[in-house]
Amino acid sequence: MPADAKRRVLSRFPNITSFLRYAAICVVALGVFAVVLLAAGKEPLKAYADTFHYTLANAYGFSELVVRMIPLLLTAVAVALPSRLGLINVGGEGQLYMGAWLASAGALLLPGLPVWVLLPLVTVLGFAGGAAWAAIPGLLRANKLVNETISTLLLNYVAPLIVSFFIFGPWRSAESSAYPQSAAFPDAARLPSFFNTRIHAGLFLALAALIFYWVLMDRTRWGVQMRAIGGNPEAALRLGIPVGAYVVIALAIGGGIAGLAGMGEVSGIHGRLRQGLSPGYGFTGFLISWLAGGRPLGIVLMSFLFAIITSAGDILQITQGLPYAVVNILLALLLFIVLGRNTARRTRRVHRDGSAG
Amino acid sequence: MSTPLALGVIAGAILSGTSLLYATLGETIVERAGIVNLGLEGILLIGASTGFAVTAASGSAYLGVAAAAAAGGIANLIFGWLVVMRRANQLASGLAMMFFGIGVSALVGRPFVGAVISGLPKWRPPWLAALAWVKSTTLFNYDFLIWIAVPVAVLVWWLLFETRWGLGVRAVGESSAAAFASGRNPAVVQFQALFAGGLLGGLAGAHLSLSLTLTWAEGMTAGRGFIAIALVIFSKWHPLRAIAGALVFGGAEALQLQLQARGADISPFLLDMLPYVLTILVLLAWGGSRRHAAPAGLGRTFYGTE
Repeated sequence: MPADAKRRVLSRFPNITSFLRYAAICVVALGVFAVVLLAAGKEPLKAYADTFHYTLANAYGFSELVVRMIPLLLTAVAVALPSRLGLINVGGEGQLYMGAWLASAGALLLPGLPVWVLLPLVTVLGFAGGAAWAAIPGLLRANKLVNETISTLLLNYVAPLIVSFFIFGPWRSAESSAYPQSAAFPDAARLPSFFNTRIHAGLFLALAALIFYWVLMDRTRWGVQMRAIGGNPEAALRLGIPVGAYVVIALAIGGGIAGLAGMGEVSGIHGRLRQGLSPGYGFTGFLISWLAGGRPLGIVLMSFLFAIITSAGDILQITQGLPYAVVNILLALLLFIVLGRNTARRTRRVHRDGSAG
Repeated sequence: MSTPLALGVIAGAILSGTSLLYATLGETIVERAGIVNLGLEGILLIGASTGFAVTAASGSAYLGVAAAAAAGGIANLIFGWLVVMRRANQLASGLAMMFFGIGVSALVGRPFVGAVISGLPKWRPPWLAALAWVKSTTLFNYDFLIWIAVPVAVLVWWLLFETRWGLGVRAVGESSAAAFASGRNPAVVQFQALFAGGLLGGLAGAHLSLSLTLTWAEGMTAGRGFIAIALVIFSKWHPLRAIAGALVFGGAEALQLQLQARGADISPFLLDMLPYVLTILVLLAWGGSRRHAAPAGLGRTFYGTE
């Protein structure tokens, strides 16, 4: 194996030192967060012990972690794929909602179809909903009209309103007037669950998305061209690569994958369309992809870590009477440390190269 | 309530545009120094919760405003540590700040959910109050943050364009290397700009919770930070144009509230979309012309002369 290829393969598997480094980062972040909780008059050690007890120490808790990983994996790939072109998709949250919305449209409006038609249809619609939503910023960006960072961010606030409009309006279920939600999906529109847990077939969608992403990027000429655009759009354009088309398609595929996360939530877990489908999975997916550097295996590991952290948010809410949102401090601390040290490494490299990057 | 719709919208535009104006001015200073702070949303949340908590605990809204501004400034210094000292990616750091703001504000605001405050005292100049048509409306009955909003915008313009300090900020924003070569320390300038921007962001948050809503609720800023970032582009990084921008977007929010209050037969969810959709449309219309106005070094990391 040529030395270069060997290094590439090795770099995909985190070695022991980098594992220890990440462990140290987690310990520091947990330590600072514990101080914050103490200052708020709470019991951090009990909260940590509870989190461990309810997530990692038993099979059911672990299964719930996997359930939580499904949307995180999908929203992370939704960010990672366009990022290879230098595109910043911060709209996973909105794309997730639109995927859930269009998938629900299929499930609610075509209830009579057999499962082998309806379930694939609902899946495709979930993808299409997110893809169409992300194609808007894609088109705006490709025509150099609006930067995709700001447009994807703003669209995050519109998509949940569309969902609310439908579940308070045309799709409101008659049987539960107190709680706004759609009618229950027909069984044929439900993703199957396994082993008496809530782990649903969305897991396969997530793994398929990861494999698709890896193959596309590392094994096809499209991936090469996309990385060329990410490296130098001007040069790519002059080489005859249709940059604009790639921008729209990459964002749309990313959005579609985030849409699958929404589809998984409504079809695999809730069985209906409702408000508050996502406690910020789209944003978390961005951070996962960023921390993993867009590497598929890194995305899996980071999704697992973030599934534990977001579970800790639920634990804090239930046992310590703190709002779920407080766990965002822990998330932020973790990021502060990683952001703060990552560039120290980059600076060293700049030294070695003798150029100011 | 027999106020005509137009008057109601204008009054509301000033009321909700004020917070947007402070946020936009803060981000303008920061971006003029070459830094994009996507964490503005978090700064607003920290300002809103800190302002509300201090007001509810101390009984003084002015103390609340001061605390909110200080909290915003300090939060931006953390951001500065990341992007200036550690040269971290600005977008990722900004999102980290947003998460930080969501978390900290939830923690700070928690004990004060449902607390009742009287908010910032309102004041109307006597000669205006004497006019009959003014008396029947809420026009010109404003708290001090509204009264000083336009003067602050002028002050920011003066600081940025008429002082040596502003020249330094803009020089760093155009090219840190050139500013460094001319004897300025880009890091110091950027920290000053970030602190000033944080103060203004804190004020923006405080005005939301202490004047507009008089409550604290998690996530109550509802994307205003991102709208303000878009407003900076809309106003071409110019503090005075930001006044117009803030009024237009305050107006969109006010129109939506007025229509809802008047029982217009439009779903509130569709009306709620108005500010976000309008923001995108405005950016779209501005698309071609804005590139020349942006600071040339916006978002670039300065690695110094190592």
